[in-house]
Amino acid sequence: MVLASGLRPDSESRPDSESRSAPVVRLSQLNRYFQLGDQTVKALDGVDLVIETGDYLSVMGPSGSGKSTLLNVLGLLDRPTSGDYFLNGRLTTGLSESELAHHRQIAIGFVFQSYHLIPRLSARGNMELPLVLAGWSPAQRRQRVDEMLDRLQLSARADHLPRQLSGGQRQRVAIGRAVMLKPSILLADEPTGNLDTHSGAEVVRILEELNQEGITLVVVTHDQALGARAARQLRMVDGRIVMDQRVDSGAT
Amino acid sequence: MRFTDGVRWIVTALGTGRSRSILTVVGIAIGIAAVALLTAIGEGVRSYVMTEFSQFGTRIIGVSPGKNVTGGIGGILSSVRPLTVDDADALRRIPAVETVIPVVQGVGELEFEGRHRNVKVMGVNADMPAAWNFRVAQGRFLPEVQAGAASSPYVVLGHTAHQELFGDRSALGRKVRLGGRAFRVIGVIEPKGDMLGFDLDDIAYIPADLALQLFNRESLMEIDLTFAAGADMVKLQADIRRRLIDRHGREDFTVTTQDQMLNSLDSILSVLTLAVALLGSISLLVGSVGIVTTLTTSVQERRGEIGLLHALGAPRQQILILFLGESVALSLCGGGIGILILLACKGVALVFYPAFPLTPQPLYIALALLLSVGIGLLAGATPAYRASILNPVDALRSE
Ligand SMILES: Nc1ncnc2c1ncn2[C@@H]1O[C@H](COP(=O)(O)OP(=O)(O)O)[C@@H](O)[C@H]1O
Ligand SMILES: [Mg+2]
Repeated sequence: MVLASGLRPDSESRPDSESRSAPVVRLSQLNRYFQLGDQTVKALDGVDLVIETGDYLSVMGPSGSGKSTLLNVLGLLDRPTSGDYFLNGRLTTGLSESELAHHRQIAIGFVFQSYHLIPRLSARGNMELPLVLAGWSPAQRRQRVDEMLDRLQLSARADHLPRQLSGGQRQRVAIGRAVMLKPSILLADEPTGNLDTHSGAEVVRILEELNQEGITLVVVTHDQALGARAARQLRMVDGRIVMDQRVDSGAT
Repeated sequence: MRFTDGVRWIVTALGTGRSRSILTVVGIAIGIAAVALLTAIGEGVRSYVMTEFSQFGTRIIGVSPGKNVTGGIGGILSSVRPLTVDDADALRRIPAVETVIPVVQGVGELEFEGRHRNVKVMGVNADMPAAWNFRVAQGRFLPEVQAGAASSPYVVLGHTAHQELFGDRSALGRKVRLGGRAFRVIGVIEPKGDMLGFDLDDIAYIPADLALQLFNRESLMEIDLTFAAGADMVKLQADIRRRLIDRHGREDFTVTTQDQMLNSLDSILSVLTLAVALLGSISLLVGSVGIVTTLTTSVQERRGEIGLLHALGAPRQQILILFLGESVALSLCGGGIGILILLACKGVALVFYPAFPLTPQPLYIALALLLSVGIGLLAGATPAYRASILNPVDALRSE
């Protein structure tokens, strides 16, 4: 019995061929306002942005400039106050809650600063969660998760609970979980914010590797060095994109 | 999400907040056990009472003095003519009537060779053993007496009364004193046992007219009639009424069929059952409040987890189902333990008092489990709904 219809492993998760050529993300005059008493906070203020498939973006900017809000809107966790958001060529504004959930499941991967692992589940259990929610069979899950554990060098830690893992290992589990269903875009909000330099570098290496395999990557960071690695660097101030710079060859 | 995965998720989630879960489960368990136990007792007592009553036969009509007037006691205050042995004899002439027993009850002191025993005294007549399914073990029962003639001072003893007074010796033909008068023992009744905790064998049977004198009464307490199988009950009751009204001038008596007796007994028991079930429901209510608080706290504590489920694309109804599942699992677990408690009570009752009427019926067990599922759904509804509509951005920020 299946509790809710979900993605089947064999189903085609990409949008139809017509929109395949469309950019992963197209934002047009996008606003996200918060009302605080009689004051309106413009967390996103007239944002125009196109992200092509395979792009590697870093988003920098002072605290409170709207970076997280941008990521939440891109990830369909938050709805813009106004403006249009096309994900893989499809207008998302006006989609129902369950349609949004479906798109999050098939097209979006999140990586959080604080990992958001489920404390009672092992590394394997956390990693396979998207597959469990999508209704994959245990056998199919095992194969997919084994591959991912191996690739993230976590095989020896598969049965460890999050509290038994180092920060770097936890974030690797979280990344594995985020890309389990091969999303078209991976959104990372300060992914190295809680990590020491060494584990941070390892996490960045994995994210960039995934990007080279074709996953569009957006990284929000305070870390200048990390931000400078991206092929395309955005800078936000007061809800606006004040700089959008393409660097020909990212540091490798 | 697959069903088994959903169940595993729910069980591990509950296992994590163990101490709170256990407390809630215990609450529900006690409630369900109470409801099931009390319904079982109610049901058991009913069938117990029914069989106890029908051991006297089922074709019995009782006539008692005084008219039951609903909503008042006016009939009793106004003068009521006594029911007499002659009335009983008159009823005997109704064709469908098989036996008629005038009944006077009291207590008296039996004495034999310096031994004393307080027994229940029943004033009856020769028809009693046939009417009430009693059998005489030794000697014979009270003899038939011509209508209007005075009875001889004979006594028939119940098994216990006989044992206590005579032990293993024969009592037949012996003279005993009862209430200061001499009676000759002419028979002993076979052991009959208890009825509703009352010893049916600690009784002395004497002729009704002598019992009236002994207790200084004018009126019989009751006249019991048995009638032929297949008799027309309506006509029979009408005949009884007409004949007594002829003799009394008005209806200053009450005719009760055994069906009516059982019916009123039945409704009393139903009310009782309902009351105790209500009591159990209150403990269930307490348990459900426990579920609500447990789940509400749990949703609060696991906001990050709920936000993550949203971020991973779990639809709202899936999150709703998972949290409802936790609630139902809690209550069902409580229900199961409640049933086990019930069965344990049954076991204990069987060991210590086999006759205690405690029959947990499968239907009630099923209903109790169903009830616990319903409680889980109801109690879990609000917290689960809250979890499902949690704003994911807020929820994810909370860690
Ligand atoms: N839920 C909210 N309610 C009110 N204001 C909010 C909310 N979320 C964000 N903001 C405001 O929007 C602005 C942008 O926030 P955020 O996107 O978190 O910035 P950043 O991630 O760049 O630090 C801030 O001024 C913040 O206070
Ligand atoms: Mg932020």
